[in-house]
Amino acid sequence: MDRFRFVFTRPLQLVPVLVGISIITFLLVRSIPGDPARVLLGTKSTPEAIARIRAQFGLDEPLWLQYFYFIKNLFKGEMGKSILYRVDVLQLITERLAPTLFLVLGSVVLAVLIAVPLASFAAGRRGKIFDHVIRLVSTAGLGFPAFWLGIMLIIVFSVKLGWFPVSGYGEDALDRLHHMVLPCVTVALALSAVLTRNLRASILAEMSSDHALAARARSLPEHVIFFRHVLPNSLVPTINLLAVNIGWLIGGTVVVESVFSLPGLGQLLVRGIFTRDFMVVQGVAMAFAVASVAVNFIADLLTVAADPRVRL
Amino acid sequence: MSLAWTMTKRRLELPMPLVLGMAIILAALLLAIAAPWVAPFDPIAQDTPNALQPPSLAHLFGTDNFGRDIFSRVIWAIRVDLQIGFFGVLFPFIIGTAIGLTSGYLGGLTDAIFMRIVDIVLAFPFLVLMLAIIAHLGPGLLSFYIAIALVGWVSYARLVRAQVLVLKHSDFVTAAKSLGFSHARIMLRHILPNALVASIVFSMSDIVLVILSGAAVSYLGLGVQPPTAEWGIMIAEGQAFITTAWWITTFPGLALVILAFGFSMAADGLGELLGVRE
Repeated sequence: MDRFRFVFTRPLQLVPVLVGISIITFLLVRSIPGDPARVLLGTKSTPEAIARIRAQFGLDEPLWLQYFYFIKNLFKGEMGKSILYRVDVLQLITERLAPTLFLVLGSVVLAVLIAVPLASFAAGRRGKIFDHVIRLVSTAGLGFPAFWLGIMLIIVFSVKLGWFPVSGYGEDALDRLHHMVLPCVTVALALSAVLTRNLRASILAEMSSDHALAARARSLPEHVIFFRHVLPNSLVPTINLLAVNIGWLIGGTVVVESVFSLPGLGQLLVRGIFTRDFMVVQGVAMAFAVASVAVNFIADLLTVAADPRVRL
Repeated sequence: MSLAWTMTKRRLELPMPLVLGMAIILAALLLAIAAPWVAPFDPIAQDTPNALQPPSLAHLFGTDNFGRDIFSRVIWAIRVDLQIGFFGVLFPFIIGTAIGLTSGYLGGLTDAIFMRIVDIVLAFPFLVLMLAIIAHLGPGLLSFYIAIALVGWVSYARLVRAQVLVLKHSDFVTAAKSLGFSHARIMLRHILPNALVASIVFSMSDIVLVILSGAAVSYLGLGVQPPTAEWGIMIAEGQAFITTAWWITTFPGLALVILAFGFSMAADGLGELLGVRE
């Protein structure tokens, strides 16, 4: 179990990054021109509320002490109150978590389901027409703006065919699933372009590897070699690729949530920007950053579990 | 130096993707320059009697809810979106290269500090951090450029630093040092030109990301402001009319896809030509 020692050491290495994230978030709030208390409370602030915020965040103290207050509040689970919604930001984030989580997970699963067969076919027919077409399509796919793709899907599948709702999140579980199909497909199509390109390359590398050659020497059938030896191995780098792209994926969901008016974190962020609800903006940005650090850690864990050769 | 050398050596066998990509980029540039002559209508002139016209010979891509000609707007928007791509890459490129070069060459504490900052910036989702910065600066193209400069430099800093770490122990740098050249001269004349190849190739594919981010930020209403013709805004403006007028959103998006495809192909081809893999 020596290989898994990083499970305990890595979180310690992540502490500086987490501190850095909190510093950037803190500086973003404090860099707003004007009285922070007034900015954080909005135009409808009462003198009492301003005094309370000043005390809670130590706004009359020097900057480093203010940061200390900020961290102290953070540990108490207090990220400040939203001006617009009049509730604690943390509560707001937990309420809005489900649609975003659904969107991210759903689109990752769909993207893998799209990318694995395409990449396998392309790699199997290397240099043939089919391979070229897939490479061309996946290169073009890199340049597809997710928000536009989403609208195109709405035009075709909601407006013309009437298969799916135009926007919104739905009421019960089944209705929600129905509402989430198009948003997930949108993000998945964009993501599968990146996945297909990389998976194709790693399948090709695995097919010419020594262990594939050894399997061929034992005269194993080609499909057994592919499914038993090539595909599982070439999926390992894909885990990492997904983790590296988590930031990009989150950015994509932010925009796609706006396209489909999904009540998730992305929409919360964008609304927060427009209403100058800075506590919400900071809170969501920090939550996303911490989430992507966590995802990368989990990806490391999965990589080590999947490939005994990897040591971290 | 090595860039110029590799170019001349293989001048005759340009990869297909590079040729195709450059052709698309060149066509976009020409259209952007020739916009006043190519576009049949004023991109912001309203003509309400002709609002929401479907594509026809008079209006190739139809008209929007203000009666503005979509074709003319798509053509004029090339100027804005190319500008976004250019400056959105230029500023991060310059800042990132300067930091990567200094950090890699000096090493030690400077390097440790800069690389921790890179780690932290990279921990934030790209678009989210940009939106958070734009939230404070207020919507607009200038805010977008500042935000992308503050966020985008990290990739270039990493790339250049990695090259510098290898190059600073190479024979020609040792030779330059023994000749008594100044650090500045070694960094700028000997290391920098050799460290740039990877980041130039990366910048080509980065342009795709930057143009798409610019359009996305404008789509959200935080970038380029109306009535300026820009593809992201046009897509947003058309979304309200998808049930009746599909053409308003469709054509600007197609233009975006084609331009992005051109840069992706060019990046692929350039990488192939220079032997740089991402």
